[in-house]
Amino acid sequence: MAEIVCKLLIIGGGPGGYVTAIRAAQLGIDTLIVDEGPLGGTCLNIGCIPSKALIHAGEEFHKLTEAATGGSPFGLSAAPPAINLGKTMAWKDGIVTRLTGGVAGLLKKAGAKSLRGRASIRDGKTVTVDTDLGPQTVHAEIIVIATGSEPVELPSLPFGGKVISSTGALALTQLPESLVVVGGGYIGLEIGTAYAKLGVKVTVVEAAPRILPVWDAELTGPVAKRLAALGVEVMTGAKVTGLADDGETLQVATADGSDITLAADKILVAVGRRPRSQGFGLEQLALPMDGPFIRIDNQCRTAMRGVYAIGDVTGEPMLAHRAMAQGEMVADLIAGQPRVWDKRAIPAVCFTDPEIVSVGLGPDAARRDGQTVLVGTFPFRANGRAMSLAREDGFVRVIAREDNHVVLGIEAVGAGVAEFASAFSLAIEMGARLEDIADTIHAHPTMGEAIQESALAALGRGLHL
Amino acid sequence: MGNSDNEIFVIRMPDVGEGIAEAELVEWHAQPGDMVREDDVIAAVMTDKATVEIPSSITGKVIWLGGKVGDMISVGSDLVRISPNANAQIEAAAPEPAQAPPATPDADPSDAPEPAPEQKNAAPAKPATDAETHSAKPAAPASGAPARHVQPPRRAAGEKPLASPAIRRRALEAGVDLRRVSGSGPAGRLTHADLDAWLDAPEPAPVTGGRVRRTEVTEIPIIGLRRAISRKLGQTWSKVPHITIVEEIDVTALEELRAGLNVERKEGKPRLTILPFLVQALVRAVADQPDMNAHHDDEAGQLRQFAGVHVGIATQTPQGLKVPVVRHAESRSLDDTAIEIARVAEAARDNTALRDELSGSTITITSLGALGAIATTPLINAPETAIVGVNKMAMRPVWDGAQFVPRKIMNLSSSFDHRVIDGWDAAIFVKRLKTLLETPALIFVEG
Repeated sequence: MAEIVCKLLIIGGGPGGYVTAIRAAQLGIDTLIVDEGPLGGTCLNIGCIPSKALIHAGEEFHKLTEAATGGSPFGLSAAPPAINLGKTMAWKDGIVTRLTGGVAGLLKKAGAKSLRGRASIRDGKTVTVDTDLGPQTVHAEIIVIATGSEPVELPSLPFGGKVISSTGALALTQLPESLVVVGGGYIGLEIGTAYAKLGVKVTVVEAAPRILPVWDAELTGPVAKRLAALGVEVMTGAKVTGLADDGETLQVATADGSDITLAADKILVAVGRRPRSQGFGLEQLALPMDGPFIRIDNQCRTAMRGVYAIGDVTGEPMLAHRAMAQGEMVADLIAGQPRVWDKRAIPAVCFTDPEIVSVGLGPDAARRDGQTVLVGTFPFRANGRAMSLAREDGFVRVIAREDNHVVLGIEAVGAGVAEFASAFSLAIEMGARLEDIADTIHAHPTMGEAIQESALAALGRGLHL
Repeated sequence: MGNSDNEIFVIRMPDVGEGIAEAELVEWHAQPGDMVREDDVIAAVMTDKATVEIPSSITGKVIWLGGKVGDMISVGSDLVRISPNANAQIEAAAPEPAQAPPATPDADPSDAPEPAPEQKNAAPAKPATDAETHSAKPAAPASGAPARHVQPPRRAAGEKPLASPAIRRRALEAGVDLRRVSGSGPAGRLTHADLDAWLDAPEPAPVTGGRVRRTEVTEIPIIGLRRAISRKLGQTWSKVPHITIVEEIDVTALEELRAGLNVERKEGKPRLTILPFLVQALVRAVADQPDMNAHHDDEAGQLRQFAGVHVGIATQTPQGLKVPVVRHAESRSLDDTAIEIARVAEAARDNTALRDELSGSTITITSLGALGAIATTPLINAPETAIVGVNKMAMRPVWDGAQFVPRKIMNLSSSFDHRVIDGWDAAIFVKRLKTLLETPALIFVEG
């Protein structure tokens, strides 16, 4: 096959890679993007998007269940609901197909070329792509590594059979009777909650003393409470030691030191993700690493001239929006524009029930940073809109410097608060002070009023509490 | 309150002569509320020619001033209002300087506005209403540079600058390190205006060596004599095409003569400088070339040659450059010339020179003495047609045809109004001066 020569080659078609490709092509750079799977990466195909679809289906089912069991606060009643999970998955897949097709369309519109196949780096300018038609050599002036991440396997619990990863959990066609989720992080809890709402008996096994350890206990409290209400059993401080000899039940060492076995139709292992930095010839470049991650500077440059890396393969937080922002920056840099990574905050959202959103520093992190802080909190139980949604659980919390009131962080837990991420991020990127938020009219009646009230509370000027 | 208590006397800007329509207020000797006696000087005003002191014609209390220093006051305008009543209230200061005389007929002083009670505190604590815009305040750079003067608390080391993403990107693209820019917003937030100000005039990076760039500007109003000098020299420069000739003069003989005369000086006789010799040389030279001792009235299209030689002596005074005049140099002896030069220069420096002593010159000498340099390009004292600049004297080796000999050499830099003086004539004039000064006996030989 004739060799392909291009200016820019992007390895990985996830959010980081495809955004790089779109922007680079828009800027007139001869761009080729390579991925062995469909465009969109983990996010679109087996991550963010399909999980959100499943979570929503679970919530809808749960509402019907509540109505059928007389638990509806609105006085609704319904027949016991049923679900055709195959149809649910088909609906979910339809969304995924539309989105991945959309990405392909955007790339085409921008003028970027794409190539399906597994890339293998030969040197800093040459990549071989194993396509359906055979190996294809690509020469590029610049390479962007955007290979992403993949679920971590437990050595004692390799994927296969009833042991599934998040990818498998999002592709079940039949509801299991019971599901054990190994790992109480956001992925395990999001999927576990969705299945719990679909009527599956869910048990969460978390090695740390509490779930969602990246957030503090105050923020995760409403989630733990809700899990209990949904009948999810959460075992913290518990370690999975492996499958029993029968290959059916799960052996767990609990917090109190006893060994128990858990029977489960499916075992979801969601103990984290690791960067995909092996298996595609990266070692040929002998790049300096940061642990398992490729080391980058504040322009996403690796140690090798002309080789950039973005997204999950470069470190935490492994989030799609970080990768996209990096990709946009890198495309601009390749086009010769001055850019540098100077983001003040990367929002983090957890689609548990209730949702958690955090931007910037929490109170503890701010204090660890040496700041003296003001913290203002406003609970949704004092918010009219939250009441009318029958979702009074959760709160908004704002953290600001005591000396000049510059907002360092905003966090919330509550139904639907993931949408607050935009407002929180904007405030922090713009360098808002408490007064800026407090003096901005927030529409009534919305749950967002709690944002303004939290700032007022931090200033000692709270109105509705 | 009796009627006489309400009587207010108005002192108007006098006609200071020579068809002058306005004069500049250069000094107040009294302030509102001050008691003044008859004949006390209350103000000084300046025309193009001279400073004139204005005395009070009455004893009383100053209740109103007609302007502030630097204002141009029309002849006939109210300058000061004085009440004989020591308890009279002070009026608000004049809102507009250089006003035409008020419409109020001056025959009836009681028509003058009666002080209103609310004006009681209006002055002197509060200056004229326009004072804020006119007074010398700290200079603000022209376009929106608020950050320059608002120094917010500096960010701690390592702290990120507080700025929106748009400003950060603009700064990056403009190559500005925002950590070095002061923010004028709340908590030191950087605004687009802060960035604009920085781009207009970047502040230096903090230097540990203790040397900082200073950005303050001091505005000094150009008033008084300086304004007169400024206007006059500006007009001369823009209107009169100059030709300047620099010639070397061997003053060895002149210096021997001068030294000899000074040694022989009797008590009470002035010590001679080179200037009286030069004045007398000019008298000789202009006799042959009367165009050089003339006024060029370009509006009338006339060259006015004078029989009398009135030599202006450019003099540095504490107030600035003045040109006192040695009148009728053609009628003076060398000693008399020396005495007169010393007297008028002293009067100019003391600020006691009369208007006549500061005007009416027909040709001017400018000398910087020991600072005289090698050559200068003097501006003529318009409407005169010539000025002679004296440069520094120095001992120099001169080839006399067989050897180098030490000679005292002094240059003359002379400028002429080229509209009426051709280069040829200017050269002849300079050559004549050279001859006279190099052979000083010629200065004193009649005919």
